[in-house]
Amino acid sequence: MAAISLKNIVKKYGDGFPAVNDVSIDIADGEFVILVGPSGCGKSTLLRMIVGLEDITSGDMIIGDRKVNDLAPRDRNLAMVFQNYALYPHLSVYENIAFPLRLAGAEDSEVDEKVRAASKTLELDEHLDRKPGNLSGGQRQRVAMGRAIVRDADAFLFDEPLSNLDAKLRGQMRTEISRLQKRLGITTVYVTHDQTEAMTLGDRVAVLKRGVLQQLASPRELYENPGNLFVAGFIGSPPMNFLPAEVEGTSVKLPFGTVEIGEEKAAKARDRGLLIAGIRPEHFEDAALVDQDTTGSSFKATVEVVEWLGNETYAYIPFEAPPEVEKQLKQLEEDLDGESLRTQLVVTLDGSSRIAEGDEAEIWLDASKMHLFDPATGENLTVDRDHAGQIVGESMAAAAEQPAAAG
Amino acid sequence: MKQKIGLAVGVVLVLVWCLLPVAWILSLSFKSQSAVSNGSDPGFLPLDSFTGLDNYRAVWEDDQFRRAIINSIGISLIATLLSVMIATLAAYAIARLEFRGKKMVLTTALAIAMFPVVSLVSPLFDLWRTIGLYDTWPGLILPYMSFTLPLAIWTLSAFFREIPWEMEQAAQVDGATSWQAFRKVIVPLAAPGVFTAAILTFFFAWNDFVFGITLTSTENARPIPAALSFFVGPDPFQRPAGLLAAAAVIATIPIVVIVLLFQRKIVAGLTSGAVKG
Repeated sequence: MAAISLKNIVKKYGDGFPAVNDVSIDIADGEFVILVGPSGCGKSTLLRMIVGLEDITSGDMIIGDRKVNDLAPRDRNLAMVFQNYALYPHLSVYENIAFPLRLAGAEDSEVDEKVRAASKTLELDEHLDRKPGNLSGGQRQRVAMGRAIVRDADAFLFDEPLSNLDAKLRGQMRTEISRLQKRLGITTVYVTHDQTEAMTLGDRVAVLKRGVLQQLASPRELYENPGNLFVAGFIGSPPMNFLPAEVEGTSVKLPFGTVEIGEEKAAKARDRGLLIAGIRPEHFEDAALVDQDTTGSSFKATVEVVEWLGNETYAYIPFEAPPEVEKQLKQLEEDLDGESLRTQLVVTLDGSSRIAEGDEAEIWLDASKMHLFDPATGENLTVDRDHAGQIVGESMAAAAEQPAAAG
Repeated sequence: MKQKIGLAVGVVLVLVWCLLPVAWILSLSFKSQSAVSNGSDPGFLPLDSFTGLDNYRAVWEDDQFRRAIINSIGISLIATLLSVMIATLAAYAIARLEFRGKKMVLTTALAIAMFPVVSLVSPLFDLWRTIGLYDTWPGLILPYMSFTLPLAIWTLSAFFREIPWEMEQAAQVDGATSWQAFRKVIVPLAAPGVFTAAILTFFFAWNDFVFGITLTSTENARPIPAALSFFVGPDPFQRPAGLLAAAAVIATIPIVVIVLLFQRKIVAGLTSGAVKG
């Protein structure tokens, strides 16, 4: 077991485009770190640089106390689970798991002991003689994990290991991976684009965008204190709502009305002209269901679509945004791999809410949870820096220039 | 129902078309020499003139023929083995590595395959005479190899391209050197391709006549097809048709055995299948 330390890692491909740009992450011994981001953000490249399947253009990769930049994958003593599992189809499950041990020249008795132990942990005992081609997706996944845990690797690396499984199995395997990691206490780096996996599995989550690290923090910190618009929009489902806003005194003017935020927050964002307010859907509620004495503001709006899920209800409320905010939101949508649709507010209401489509509803809003972003740089002006982990200084504007420079 | 009958008729036609010459040779090989040359037993089945295994025994006792069979088996096997080994390495490099002149290697290989064999025979004859390869095993192994390599390389590189990169990377992460990853993961996965290439190479070497007759002069290296054309029975004024037929049948046995052996490997390889997500 070992700590992994990435220092100013850069990966440039032949055309000079930096797939990974100046990323520094310190992963403590035994820690579970998630690399997350939309496709093409460099998270897989970063993982492959840790394991040694990609060359490092510049920067230092340190595992334990060894600098491993120039070591071949086999000399790094890491175990990796690939997205397509990469099981050897010509070998039985037993031999697949035993493969790393056989390469290391282990005795037959030792191989047998370790393979049996791994297969017991992963409940693969009855499949040991089968070929991978005859296994189900979940079983293949477990074999791939067996191949990883059978050796005493310094760290586990997972490259989107659950993306080929169906939703139910994914949930089960997620808990399985989490349990296994806690039991073995082994340093783990896990790449995913699925934010449920990112939020539930990781001790810390690194959010990447176009090869640049945006924020490295615990899931809770990321959710409550996103460092910039991108992180705010990426973490959370349904995503955070972004509205045009202007701060006057201690109140914020939103398209639907004016709400009060405390002096502390207002002071950070005053006199900056047009801003973007970020409010999570669950910070809204049907005003009829809110206790009278709860602090917060409410506004009236026409609900266009209602989706009732039983325990909660999603309501969609369209609004008009000024062009400069809309442009920024469009850019954000693109960064997040999404389609840029028209601007609308998504609010999560209690399942017992009676608001129907087309109603002019009164919606309550907990403004104390609101974040305010600078539309030019995307920076979160109201972030609580003590509880936001590590926010990397790269501003949105600088990142936005990148494709132009590369293209 | 109509379709089924049509299919059955078609299958029978194709079978007759393909197997008639073989059946004919078989029938001839059991007829006596005189019956064949006098036409006294014109029927397809050897009835009055049935000689049992006499022809086979006679052929087998012929020293020239035995030498030829050994030559053929040895030369073809060695040529196949070398050709497949070199082709595997070359095809792997072509499929996996980026290097200068990759296109050139491929086009050159194709060009060699397109070269008419006949035009090369006389220069080779002169060359081999000069450097002492004439009428030796290597003298035949070399041309067989160079003419089958292109096809083997093309077949194999197609197979290698099908194997996911991840397999090899997984092996490397598991602690394999590049060579170990190649030998323990890639080659077994490409086995169907390797055996296909091996069968094709073996066919070419076994059936070749032009090189066999031009580049040899004695039973030192003369392979079966060439040897058969020199085959003379006890009576020099009569072509020993029965003996030739028996020899031809014997000559096909090794190739049938080899195809059956390799074919099983090909099928096993194809059915084990790649694991995809």
